[in-house]
Formats: sequence, structure tokens, C-alpha cells
Amino acid sequence: MIKVENLYKWYGTKLAVEDISFSVNKGEILGFIGPNGAGKSTTMRMITGFIPISKGRACVGGFDIEANPIEAKALFGYLPENAPLYANMTVRDFLLFCLELRGFRGKQLKEKTDKVIHTCFLNSVQHQNIDTLSKGYRHRTCFAQSIIHDPDVLVLDEPTDGLDPNQKREIRNLIKEMGKNKAIILSTHILEEVEAVCSRVLVIDKGRKVFDGTPDTLKGKSEKAGIIHVEIFSSDAAALTSKLQELDGVLRAEIEKEDGDFAVLKVFPDRTRPSQELCSMIHEVSVKERWKLGELKVEQGRLDEVFHCITGNDA
Amino acid sequence: MSAILTIIKREFTSYFYSPTAYVFIVIFLVLSGFFTFMMSSFFTNNESSLLVFFSWFPWIYLILIPAVGMPMWADERRLGTIELLFTMPVTAVQSILGKFIAAWLFIGIALLLTFPMVITVGYLGYPDYGAIACGYLGSFLLAGAYLAISGMTSAMTRSQVVSFILSAVFCLLLIFSGWPPFTDMLVEWAPTWLLQGAASLSVMPHFASIQRGVIDSRDLIYYFSVIFFSLFTTGILLRTHRAG
Repeated sequence: MIKVENLYKWYGTKLAVEDISFSVNKGEILGFIGPNGAGKSTTMRMITGFIPISKGRACVGGFDIEANPIEAKALFGYLPENAPLYANMTVRDFLLFCLELRGFRGKQLKEKTDKVIHTCFLNSVQHQNIDTLSKGYRHRTCFAQSIIHDPDVLVLDEPTDGLDPNQKREIRNLIKEMGKNKAIILSTHILEEVEAVCSRVLVIDKGRKVFDGTPDTLKGKSEKAGIIHVEIFSSDAAALTSKLQELDGVLRAEIEKEDGDFAVLKVFPDRTRPSQELCSMIHEVSVKERWKLGELKVEQGRLDEVFHCITGNDA
Repeated sequence: MSAILTIIKREFTSYFYSPTAYVFIVIFLVLSGFFTFMMSSFFTNNESSLLVFFSWFPWIYLILIPAVGMPMWADERRLGTIELLFTMPVTAVQSILGKFIAAWLFIGIALLLTFPMVITVGYLGYPDYGAIACGYLGSFLLAGAYLAISGMTSAMTRSQVVSFILSAVFCLLLIFSGWPPFTDMLVEWAPTWLLQGAASLSVMPHFASIQRGVIDSRDLIYYFSVIFFSLFTTGILLRTHRAG
């Protein structure tokens, strides 16, 4: 649904976006992450046709955003950064205005507005003037205008920015639900959001794409990913460690913590076999040797750590 | 076409959602009345026409129209709503025309609300209603020209104050460009073509000629070219800003 080919953006002589290509299909939620000023918003503004593209091409639903802007713009909903709104209107009038601009008339206007007001929990404020709303409601109103016409493509620039934790969860669930039959791009710098919502991640830094894959692969890039913590009741941790080290697929094992007859061991895999398999091997050994096993835990790898490694080179 | 209507509707009603509309209308009516009755001694002239009433319009408009036009694009850019508007399936031409027409209609309504003036002269004497209609048409066209200029300066900046000052200065130049002290300043050094060019930009002869009750196509062309030029420049300015 969204296809971006070798996108460039220069502001004067400053290169803001450099050679970014990707595509998003129906049913996919692409998380766009990167530090502030990495070029996330600039890329989204080019895809949505707000700013001209310096070089390259962006297509929405097969329509080139520069050559056929009207057709392309009809297909997507866009939530700009900071959720701008016309202040001197009521929430309902604003939503009706957005629908009318998109060419909807008559009965559909009321139906679609009622529906989106319900989905975005705007019932209580629908007749209130926008400039009297709290930040959370303002944000949801702008979000509502992006989904009101049930578009096939959604471009959301920091959709949960400024919301409280409950509202964040509501919006995330909503995005996840909609992601089943839409193509969605969302930008964020909250890593938990990527894990919670996205089926694919694109990391950009200084205008360049530095990673494109699933959140799990991204996490796998973490140095800590796959390490197994073994909690064991034994007074001779050193002997256990050397026993574990002999296992096939173990790079090395070390004592993490030792406290009387309780110890925590750290097992580093050589990554030739999945960590789960290694776990069951450790379990087998412990049964055979009659160790009292407390807990086996596989380290998942943390996105923020990977993110820092990929993008924080000179930070 | 329907997108233009939607934009006109929103812009037009938004004037009445804020105090702008009421403040504008009240001040417009008060000022026009004050100038006509107090400054031009309307009654002692003993003339049943609205010539003195209309003659103040280029000056009253000079302050009031930039105030109506200044938020047109400056506010959209300051609030970021321009990003919403320009990512909707709407062309820039539709947005520019829609906003302009809505503001022009609003000023038209304020102008219509001066109808007690017409009733007054009608009650006191036997005015030439054709000339009065022409006076209104001329005032409306003048408002359109000023407004298009204000919209253009509004697209130049995020600051409404800067937009207001710029457009007041541009409109003042339109008034002054045919005025002898101004042309005398040019006559010393400027070539004839520049002098004539500057003088022909002046809005005053066109305003005066319609007021006399003559609708000359040259005057209409003048007003519509000022409007067209300003709206066209607005489009270029908006595009340039987005390009960064």
C-alpha cells in the first residue's frame, strides 16, 4: 500500500533524509523509530505530500504522491506531529469538516462521525470547543480525524505523545486492531510501543535507514539476548559451572551470584542452537545430576539497549 | 468545487465562533458613521448622496481589512493546521480561494450592515440609488483587493503582527502611488515608464470612477488583477515555505 523508493530531502545544503526505501503492505504495522531529528517526521511529511520530495518517489495505494496527489491523499489518514487542530470549532464540527473535505455527504457524515466519536471515546466532549480541551482529548480528536473515513493507509506521527498511560494503552489497542486490515506507519521514540504494537521496525538515524526487520530480530541484536540465568540450590557453584560449560552449544558459563547454598549462574550460548533448546538441555542435566533447580530464565534482549547501540554512536 | 464550499463554510462560520466578527462589524460601523457624520459634516453638505460616506472607505479598510486577513495563513502555519489541510485531498488553489472568498463574504456582510445610511439619505432626500449601488460595488471590490494583499502577507510569516503591518503598508502604497507628493518624489530620478507604472497602480482613480456611478471594465480588470496577482503569490509563498 505504501511504497517509498530512494527518498531524499535536502533543506538548503543540509541533507535531512538520505536514500530511504521501504514498503508497507496491508496488515502490517511499521514502527518508525529513531532519535529526535533523525528524519522521521520529514519522511512522513514527504509520504503524505505535505513537503515536496527532493529526490525519489513515494506512492500510496499505487498513486504517486507528487504526480497524483489528490487520489493518493484520499487513501490515507494522517496524524501530524503535535496533533494540530482548528481551535475555534467544536470537536463534532471539526470532524464533520474533515469528512466533508474528503467528499462525504448526507447520511454518511452523521454515521461516520458518530462511529469515530464512539471509538475514540470523545462522547463527553463532542460539543465542546476544541480550545477548551485537555491535551489528551485534543490528541484523540486529531487521531479521530485520521481514521474517520476508514482509510486503507494510516500515517501516524507519534500517536501516543502526551497521553496518560491509560490513554496510551487504549490508542495502542486501537492501532493494533486496525492494523489487521490496514497498512500503518507510526513513528515513536517509545520503545515499548514498538514491542507492543509493531510487526516491523525501521530504525533511522541521521536521515539514514540503519535497521529494517521485526522487533524480535532487533532485540536479537542485543548482546545480552539469549543469555540463560540458572537459579540453583547448591553450595558448590564452581563444579556446576564447569559441568554446564561442557554442554554442546554453550560458549561459557559463569557465576552471577553465590549465597550459601543458593547460586545464580549465567550461561552464554554460542548461538548455534535456540536458547529454548539449551534450556531443556540444562534441565536434563540437572535432573540427571540431582540438582535442585530454582528457575531458568532466558534474557530477551532490550530494545533500548539495541537502539542505543545502533543510533547512539556519538551521543 | 465542493471542497471550496466546505472550506468557505468552515472559514466563514469560524469568524462568528470568535469575537473577531463582532468586534470587526461594530468598529467598522462606528468608524464609518463617525467619519461620515462628524468629520465630513454629512448633514450640512446638504447633498442626498453617499459620496462622503464611501470616500472614507480606503482609509477605514486600511486598518480593518489587514486585521481580517492577518490570521488567514499565519495562524494555519503557527498552529500547524496547514499540515492537516494540505494533506487532505484538496488542492492548494481550492484552499486559497476558499479562505479568500469566505473572508470577502464576511466583509460583504459588514458592508451590507451599513444599510441605515441608505435609509437615512432616502428619507432625507432623493438620492441616485444607482450611484449608491455602484458605491457599494466599488467598496466591495476595494475590500477584495486589500483582503487579497492581506492574505498574501499572511502567507509570508507566522506572526500576525508582522502580517498586519506589511499588508497595511502595501495597501497604503496602493493608495499613495498616484498621489502627487509620492509621484513628485519619483519624478526627480525615475524614468517616465516607472513613474507612469507607479501611478497606474494607484487604487484611488479606480475607486473614484466607480463611485461616480460608472462601471468601467478597466476598473474591474484593475481590481481583479490585484486580487489574482495576490492570490497567485500566496500560492507560491505557501509552496516555498513547505519546500523549506
